[in-house]
Amino acid sequence: MTIGGAEEEHITTTAAPTPTRRLYRPRDHRIIAGVATGLARHLGVPVIAVRIALVVLLGLDGLGLMLYAVFWAVLPQEAAGEEPVERRNLAAALPFAAIGLGVVLLEGLVFGDNGVVSTAGWLVAVIAVGAGVIWHQSDPTRRGHWADNASQMPWVAAIVAESDRRSFLFRFVGGGVLVAVGIIGIVARYARTGSLSSVLNGLIFALVGLMGVGVVVAPLLWRTFNQLRAEREGRIREQERAEVAAMIHDQVLHTLALIQRNSTDIKEVQRLARGQERSLRNWLYKPTASPTERFAAALEQAAAEVEDTYAISVETVVVGDTECDEQVAALVAAAREALVNAARHAGVETISLYAEVEADELSVFVRDRGAGFDIDTVGESRHGVRGSIIGRMKRHGGRAEIRSAPGDGTEVRLTMPATRESAGAVKETAR
Amino acid sequence: MTEPEPIENRRLTVFLVDDHAMFRAGVRAELGAHVDVVGEAGSVSEAITRIAATTPDVVLLDVHMPDGGGRAVLESMRRTHPQVKFLALSVSDAAEDVIGLIRAGARGYVTKTISPDELAAAIKRVADGDAVFSPRLAGFVLDAFAARPDVPVADPELDQLTNREREVLRLLARGYAYKEIAKELYISIKTVETHVSNVLRKLQMSNRYELSRWAADRRLV
Repeated sequence: MTIGGAEEEHITTTAAPTPTRRLYRPRDHRIIAGVATGLARHLGVPVIAVRIALVVLLGLDGLGLMLYAVFWAVLPQEAAGEEPVERRNLAAALPFAAIGLGVVLLEGLVFGDNGVVSTAGWLVAVIAVGAGVIWHQSDPTRRGHWADNASQMPWVAAIVAESDRRSFLFRFVGGGVLVAVGIIGIVARYARTGSLSSVLNGLIFALVGLMGVGVVVAPLLWRTFNQLRAEREGRIREQERAEVAAMIHDQVLHTLALIQRNSTDIKEVQRLARGQERSLRNWLYKPTASPTERFAAALEQAAAEVEDTYAISVETVVVGDTECDEQVAALVAAAREALVNAARHAGVETISLYAEVEADELSVFVRDRGAGFDIDTVGESRHGVRGSIIGRMKRHGGRAEIRSAPGDGTEVRLTMPATRESAGAVKETAR
Repeated sequence: MTEPEPIENRRLTVFLVDDHAMFRAGVRAELGAHVDVVGEAGSVSEAITRIAATTPDVVLLDVHMPDGGGRAVLESMRRTHPQVKFLALSVSDAAEDVIGLIRAGARGYVTKTISPDELAAAIKRVADGDAVFSPRLAGFVLDAFAARPDVPVADPELDQLTNREREVLRLLARGYAYKEIAKELYISIKTVETHVSNVLRKLQMSNRYELSRWAADRRLV
C-alpha cells in the first residue's frame, strides 16, 4: 500500500512536467492527418525527420504509406483546444510528394528492371528531389510575396527575387548539384556505348540548348526584375505622398478653416497661425525627439505651450542638447514659469528664449523688452517668481537671477550645474 | 540713439527678390518710409538682369525660390557686382537653409517675421558693410564652432571663435540688440559690429568639420 502509493506519487511527479508524452494526432501543424507531427512529438525528434523517413520508406514497396495509414487508423486525435485550428495547408505536402516521387523513381532506376531505366527517368527523379527540397526550404512568407509581386508568373519571381544570402547559397548548391548530376548522367550513359567524342558533342549541344534558353528567357527575367523594382519605388513614393497629404489635410486645412471662422478675432488668428507654423516647421526641419527625454525638445514644448496659451511668439534658440533628468526637468519648469510671467505681465508680442548646454553647466535665458518691474517691490506676494523660479532652482542645486527695471524689460537667467550623465551626453552629441 | 550715421547721407536703394508678389508688396509698403525700393523681381533670371541694371545698395534675397533660389542669384552676381550687398530673408529659420547663402556671400540673415524698423536697421547695417545675424543663426554658429576636444583645428584663425565673439553671439541669440550688447559688455557698438563681421568671415571661410560636413550633406560647398 505504502509502496504503491509512493510509486504512484513518483509517476505523477515525473508525468506532471511533460504531460504530452502520449501518442496522439495533434490538430495543429498537420499536413494530412497529423501522424508525422504526433510521432515526432512523442519521439522528441524534428518533425521533418519523421516526414522524410516516411517518404523514404515509400520506396520499400510503399511501406511508408502503409505505416502512415496504420498510425492514422490507430492513433487517437488530440482533444479539441480553445484556439481555432489553423487550416490544413495542402501546399505544404507538395515538397514531400515531390521527394516521394523522386525516391520511387530512383528506386525503380537503381533496383528495378533495366527496361524502365531512361535518361528522362533520371532527370525527373533528380529534378523532383531538388525542387522539392528547395521548395520546402524557401520561406513561406516570401512565397506569398512572389505571388503578390508577379501574379502572372510566380515562378519567374521566385527565381529573380532579391533573396538573402542563405537562400542564394541554397539555390547555388542545388542548381550546381543538378547540373553536375545531369552531366555525370549523360557521360555515364553514353560513355558505355559510344565514343568520348559523341559525349563531347552531346555536351556541346546541351550547352547550345542552354544558351538558347538563356537568350529567350533573359529579357523576360530582366523586364520582370525591373518591374519589381519600379513597383517598389512607386510604392515608396506613394507612401510619402500619402503622408504629406494626410498632414496637410489634418492640420493645414483644418487651421485655415478655423482662421476663416475666427477672422474677426485677431488674437485667435495669430495664435492659430503661429501654432500651425510651428508644427509645419517641426515636420519639415526637425527629427522628432521626445520632450520627456531631451532637454531641447522639452524646452521647445514648453515654449510652444506658452505660445498657444498666451498668443505670443517665443523666439527659441537652443545650443547643444542633453538628456533629461530630474534637475533638467526642474530647469525646464522654471524656464516655463519665466516665459509665462513674461507673457502675462510684460505686454510684448515676442519673448526670447535662449538655452545653452555646456560641459559643466546648463543655462537658460528668458528675455522680454516689456514693462519690467522692480524686483524688490514684488516681495513675497508673487509666488511665480519666488517659488516657481528662484525656489525651484535653489532646491535642485541651481541658481536664478532676475534683472529687471520698470520700462526696461526683464531677463531671467537660470543656471544649473551639469550632472555627470548630462556631461557625458554633451560629449556624445558632439561626435 | 547712438547708432552711427550711414557713410553717405542719401537714402539707401533696396531691391527685393521674392517669388511671392504679396510679400514683396508688403515689404515695399513697410520699408517705404526708411529706404528707396528701386525694383523687385519674382524669379532668379529676372533678378539677375534687373539687379545688374539698377545696382542697388542692398538686395533683400529670398532663400527659397524656384530655379536655384537665392544662392543662384548670389553666385551669378558676386563676381560682376561685388559692391552690391545681400541680406537673406526667409520664413525658414532652419540654419541649414541659411548657411548656404552666407557661405555664398550674403552679409546677413533675418526672418520674415522681423518688424519693419528692425528690418530697416538691418538693411542699414548691411549697407555699411557690417553683418546681421538672427538669434537662431547666432545659435547655430555657436553650435557649429563649439570648442570640442576631439575635433582637430586646422586653422585657428578661421576655425575658432574668440571668447569675445562667443559672448557677442550668445547675447545676439538671447535677443539683445547691438546697442544692448555694447552696454552689457562695456564696449562700443562699432566693436560689436566688428566682432559680428569677424564671425561672418569665419562662417564664410572656415573649413571646420561641422560646416564642411553640413555642406557635403546638402551637396553645397
